[in-house]
Amino acid sequence: MRHIISVLVRNHPGVLSHVVGLFTRRSYNIESLAAGVTENPDVTRITIVVTGDDLVLDQVMKQVNKLVDVLNVTDLKYDQAITRELAIITVKTTLQTRGSVIEIANVFGAKVVDMSEDTITLELSGTERVLQNLMRLLNPFGISEMARTGMIALAMKSSE
Amino acid sequence: MKKTGAKIFVETLLEHGVNTMFGYPGGVLLPIYDELYHAPIRHILSRHEQGAIHAADGYARATGKVGVCMATSGPGATNLVTGLATAFMDSVPVVAFTGQVSTHLLGIDSFQEADIYGISIPVTKYNYLVKETSRLKEVMYEAFHLAISGRPGPVLIDLPKDVQTIQIDDPPVPALTLPQRRPHLDPVERDRQLEKILSLIRDAKRPVIYAGGGVIKSDKAHEALLRLAEKAQMPVTTTLMGKGGFPETHSLSLGMLGMHGTRYANYAVAKCDLLIAVGARFDDRVTGEPSTFAKEAKIVHLDIDPAEVGKIIQVDACLIGQARDLLQELADRVEPQAHEEWISQIAQWKRDFPLSYPKKEGVISPQYVVEQIYEKTRGEAIITTEVGQNQMWAAQYFKSTRPRTFITSGGLGTMGYGFPAAIGAKIGCPDRIVFDIAGDGSFQMNIQELATAVYNKVNVKIAILNNGFLGMVRQWQELFYGRRYSQTTLNGNPDFIKIAEGYGALGIRVEKPEDVPSAIERAIAEDHPVVIDFHVDPEENVYPMVPPGGAIHNMLDRKE
Ligand SMILES: Cc1ncc(C[n+]2csc(CCOP(=O)(O)OP(=O)(O)O)c2C)c(N)n1
Repeated sequence: MRHIISVLVRNHPGVLSHVVGLFTRRSYNIESLAAGVTENPDVTRITIVVTGDDLVLDQVMKQVNKLVDVLNVTDLKYDQAITRELAIITVKTTLQTRGSVIEIANVFGAKVVDMSEDTITLELSGTERVLQNLMRLLNPFGISEMARTGMIALAMKSSE
Repeated sequence: MKKTGAKIFVETLLEHGVNTMFGYPGGVLLPIYDELYHAPIRHILSRHEQGAIHAADGYARATGKVGVCMATSGPGATNLVTGLATAFMDSVPVVAFTGQVSTHLLGIDSFQEADIYGISIPVTKYNYLVKETSRLKEVMYEAFHLAISGRPGPVLIDLPKDVQTIQIDDPPVPALTLPQRRPHLDPVERDRQLEKILSLIRDAKRPVIYAGGGVIKSDKAHEALLRLAEKAQMPVTTTLMGKGGFPETHSLSLGMLGMHGTRYANYAVAKCDLLIAVGARFDDRVTGEPSTFAKEAKIVHLDIDPAEVGKIIQVDACLIGQARDLLQELADRVEPQAHEEWISQIAQWKRDFPLSYPKKEGVISPQYVVEQIYEKTRGEAIITTEVGQNQMWAAQYFKSTRPRTFITSGGLGTMGYGFPAAIGAKIGCPDRIVFDIAGDGSFQMNIQELATAVYNKVNVKIAILNNGFLGMVRQWQELFYGRRYSQTTLNGNPDFIKIAEGYGALGIRVEKPEDVPSAIERAIAEDHPVVIDFHVDPEENVYPMVPPGGAIHNMLDRKE
């Protein structure tokens, strides 16, 4: 089972080491981790995707909650969370394939942010599923480079 | 008036009642050591930084106060790591200071720079790198608070040299701004859990209390435990860390459980229908294979750390809080019980399977030495131990009756811990007799601290159970590796008497059983550090023993 854990921490230089170190030390599986400041500049939100059963999740939550810098930990339910990831993808193209790649990009609402004789670079933000679908379609052309941010998430207020 | 960081450092220590600390200087700590030169703080110079931090740890365990130690940057700081991990595993309140290169030299591989902040994250409760003198006082207040509050633990503060020398306006006493935690259980749920526990106790026919180090750390918890156990007639077994939390001389005491626990404790746990764990964490040395542990029992867990609940074993009910408060609450609320059948079953096990060891003509049994130390100190001594067989024999044969009198590295199992810890314990409790029960291997890991003990007139006794082996490892090789004693023979041991004398301590060699009692008496009578080198049966083993990963009621014993 995958879980999205949203952790609010005091913002200072060592805090990421403390959080990440806990995961490696206790051998919890992190799938992705993204950190960024919140509406309050003293507070950072770390979004962590972990895999494990309910017992593992319970331990992860309790151990994270014990860290001195942690202000709050929540387990965001997938179906009640807004989740986003950002990807920048460079695809190999030829004169013949360029049009098809742009067509695919358009369907997904991906932006073309760069183009050369033999590449196109796209940018897309969306749920993990949308990003994966896009990649599946681009794969046959050859993806030469890719960067992804890892998931960020917030609880959906309308379903609370 | 402007003050340097070093002056603020010393003043803040004094504001926390620190009158003793352990440490070892170096270049980047010169400003602080200069300030300590005329400060009313007793600074004990160890001979290795590991000695300093173990001593601070032993001081903390014996007194209940925060232990304070200090080391210089780079190698001094890295020499603290084992001590931090030792204190962390056993939840001991230690505040460790390290010197660091000046802030403008950080991160460029300066001379004696080591990232002790990064290194110490996994072995501290919390840690700091102080980059501004203006933060120093606040950080120290937080550190002392964190070390001793909640589940205690070591806190490290890294202090760059310039932070010690810069002058700032006298900082005010800071208000703590640490994030607050919501209580783990809401009041309704807490009530539900409490009622459930009371009804589990009411319904139990064969209850057992399993008490850990939390009972020692939470002041007066042992009194409440005694009241609860007597009122509801529940036998008590303690862990290695819990020794002293319940008098082992009491008829309801089962002694220690687990890998080298008593048969009757392990049988009782295997057969009980209710197990109440308090301040204990279901360590693998206690549970053996967890799926076989206390299989017939409902499990109740009382602990200060919610993360310990459900970590190893799923529980039927729990309460979170200070062991003292939880035990008092239960002792007040519980209805008196009898459990006559269960108590008499346990008495039968005690008669059938007492701890015992062979008495060989002309050979000193290590267990006999421990028994004699118990006799000659009337059980009143503070015992520290090293790690290995010596530690287990000390735990089995020295009956602890009071908290903070059995001091041992339980979680990390640190060889070389016991002697410096004894120094710290004796400095903290000068009126108590302090014995380090040692192995010849372990003692050599911090033997240099003899200088510290002798110079500072710290009257500790070291009883070496000298078997010429890394005994506990040899025991496993004997039992599980076809007696292939790979690298466990301590050839080249020194003459411990000459070593003791070389440092100015008294050394006594004992080779015959009949000389054991008088040697211990003489050591106690000396008001000076004494090393007693007991030449014990070299291949004696610790029994009973649960083979690793087994069920704790399946215990090995010696073949007669
Ligand atoms: C620092 C450290 N290194 C290695 C070990 C592994 N170890 C556990 S017990 C033991 C043997 C200890 O020998 P000794 O101190 O002579 O005690 P004995 O078991 O003979 O009583 C060893 C090597 C350890 N616990 N700590």
